[in-house]
Amino acid sequence: MLVECLVREGVDCLFGYPGGVTIPFYDVLYDHPLRHVLVRHEENAAFAAEGYARATGKVGVCCATSGPGATNLTTGLVDAMMDSIPVVAITGQVTSKLIGSDAFQEADTFGITRPCTKHNYLVKRLEDLAQTIHEAFYVAGSGRPGPVLVDVTKDVLQAQGHYQQVTAIHLPGYRVFTEGHTGQVRRAAQLVQEAQRPLVYGGGGIIAAGTAKELREFVELADLPAVLTLMGLGGLASEHPNFISMPGMHGSYAANMALTNCDLLIALGVRFDDRVTGRLAAFAPHAKVIHVDIDPAEIGKNRAPDVPIVGDVKRVLVKLNKLLAESGNAPDETLRAARRAWWHRIRQWKQEHPFDVVTSDTEIKPQHLMAEIDRISGGQAIVASDVGQHQMWAAQLVRFNEPRLWLSSGGLGSMGFGIPAAIGAQFARPDKLVFAIVGDGGFQMSIPELSTIASNGLPIKIVVMNNGHLGMVRQWQTLFYNNRLSAVELDGFPDVEKLAAAYGFKGRIIDKPWELAPALEEAVAEPGPYLLNVKVTPFECVYPMVPAGSGLEEMVLGPPQPVAVPAK
Amino acid sequence: MLQVISLLLENKPGALMRVTGLLSQRGYNIESLTVARTLDPELSRMTIVVDVDSVQRQQVIKQMNKLINVLQATDLTDSPAVVRELVLVRIRMPQESRTAVLKEAEIFGGRVVDSSTEGFAIEATGDPEKLGEFIDVMNSYGEIEVTRSGALAIGLEAKKLRLQPPVPTKTKMEEFVD
Ligand SMILES: Cc1ncc(C[n+]2csc(CCOP(=O)(O)OP(=O)(O)O)c2C)c(N)n1
Ligand SMILES: [Mg+2]
Repeated sequence: MLVECLVREGVDCLFGYPGGVTIPFYDVLYDHPLRHVLVRHEENAAFAAEGYARATGKVGVCCATSGPGATNLTTGLVDAMMDSIPVVAITGQVTSKLIGSDAFQEADTFGITRPCTKHNYLVKRLEDLAQTIHEAFYVAGSGRPGPVLVDVTKDVLQAQGHYQQVTAIHLPGYRVFTEGHTGQVRRAAQLVQEAQRPLVYGGGGIIAAGTAKELREFVELADLPAVLTLMGLGGLASEHPNFISMPGMHGSYAANMALTNCDLLIALGVRFDDRVTGRLAAFAPHAKVIHVDIDPAEIGKNRAPDVPIVGDVKRVLVKLNKLLAESGNAPDETLRAARRAWWHRIRQWKQEHPFDVVTSDTEIKPQHLMAEIDRISGGQAIVASDVGQHQMWAAQLVRFNEPRLWLSSGGLGSMGFGIPAAIGAQFARPDKLVFAIVGDGGFQMSIPELSTIASNGLPIKIVVMNNGHLGMVRQWQTLFYNNRLSAVELDGFPDVEKLAAAYGFKGRIIDKPWELAPALEEAVAEPGPYLLNVKVTPFECVYPMVPAGSGLEEMVLGPPQPVAVPAK
Repeated sequence: MLQVISLLLENKPGALMRVTGLLSQRGYNIESLTVARTLDPELSRMTIVVDVDSVQRQQVIKQMNKLINVLQATDLTDSPAVVRELVLVRIRMPQESRTAVLKEAEIFGGRVVDSSTEGFAIEATGDPEKLGEFIDVMNSYGEIEVTRSGALAIGLEAKKLRLQPPVPTKTKMEEFVD
């Protein structure tokens, strides 16, 4: 019955790991066409489901057995929660009569995952199963998306019964606000037309709402510069002339300066996260704020907006664009001059301090690696990143000309995300070139999944940016703890040629800059998986950097001496 | 400051855990919490008093409203509402203070529900602050033990309940026949 519910939800692929209580479920899968991907650790089942969801917008599905299986899922669930990714997790639970008896592999999955999910369920009766599964998919995918877990007892998994058609979801307390308030949208349109220094600040909500097209129309109609957060990259093509870049802790000088100096901030599907805003009081201090979000609780959480709009960003943008297109208000000369001056300043900031592509004749610089990947991708490849320095350099330097190409753990920052996310994405998009860009630390958290990649022949290109360290932690120790490097050296990294060979695919180690382009090209030309270990200079730091707790304007642009940026 | 919230929630397994879990997860301190069924046995009414700074008040309500089992979260802190609490006091005091204790109890509208040679058990209802005074007074007469119910509140203005109507499922139906 469970399998039937999944098929009716349009599930074509799920990621999981079996165990005692889920055997009845797997027994049905034995001769069922529904594709189950056996991962090598349940955490990776959740990450892979996220990768699938992030690459497609569809609900990703993962499953695990009771007890340790379920607890292993939790990191991925919290990750999906933080980044608002639609995932349904199905876990087995001990037989309902045994619940509460400390039975073998019993864990309070329902209690443990309450704070890890948007909503969760425990199903103890067969007659509740179909309704619950369909509700779970509805909740996961609607409104502000998120993970939903359904814990199903073994007796329910074992029971035979006929699927009863579920015709409606009745959740009286689950309100989804989609239409933005028309009056507020009108006010927003007016502010957009009147602003001298407007700026769009878009985030993951743009991707979740599938509204890249409307965003492009919006910035073009009103000629607005735009920054996109780590979660929003690809929401406006990186190559679009109105795109500045990513703001925040490791954002560009231009993006952070634009935020600091704008007089109107059009916040679309963002949550004013601390990694973006720096010290809140210094964030966009001169700006009126329009804040559009589908989640009412995000509005006013960190910054009180002047024009709050609760609604689906897509619907709101459609309305806004209509108003802007229809309004006959031509800006007067003063306003036009102000806008020109604003664009001029932004272009200047971009020129003064672009993201540096540092190169060297003898060593591979991390930035050089990202620039090469960018060249090969041309803004078209799917890139799943892990967490750390490599993630920031990739976000800075790799272009994404479409949404759902850049898959990265933003809110939770979970190491070990990159490779399983790439697996999920490659299953979702077999047609796409998929890179997993990972650090030498995170890679070692995901090594078991090389086996999943090998056994499924997934042509993922794993690029390890190997700096010999837990680089991002090392950077903080260098900059803020007197370079006292504690527990960040990664000795004993495996020989990836042998490692890849052990799994039956190709691997290569490079450390010379001239090897970089040919090695990446070789990797991409290879029809199967490829593992490339790129030894980069070990002590590079990611810049610009806004020290935690500082305002964006106080960003440090590079070594060795912090360069204070003069106030405007 | 203290914020009084009235919640109407579905009587589903785990609903209480979701509310308390949310409060602790977001760092809001619970002063008191009471819960019981409503006329509709499928629903419960909860009164929660939390200690938050005033800028957080809206956020608490919004977070509560996000819980799927919560039908309505209302902030009663500044709106017309009656807030009451029940207190049970067991007091042991010297014989000579018996009449004085009874008198004081009467002043606070208290009712003796048990009496023995050693003392009384007294119940009193009222607004939480008044009850605090009552407890202080009792404490001055002897050794006391106190159980408080936590605040119960009801808004004096009816607030429209906005519920999500059922949503038709979009599941695939055709291809599956078994
Ligand atoms: C599961 C987990 N543990 C710890 C951290 C803290 N952390 C953040 S970045 C980082 C270093 C990552 O090192 P590596 O994978 O080599 O990437 P690099 O920064 O060197 O590019 C660590 C340990 C984390 N984000 N996730
Ligand atoms: Mg590293």
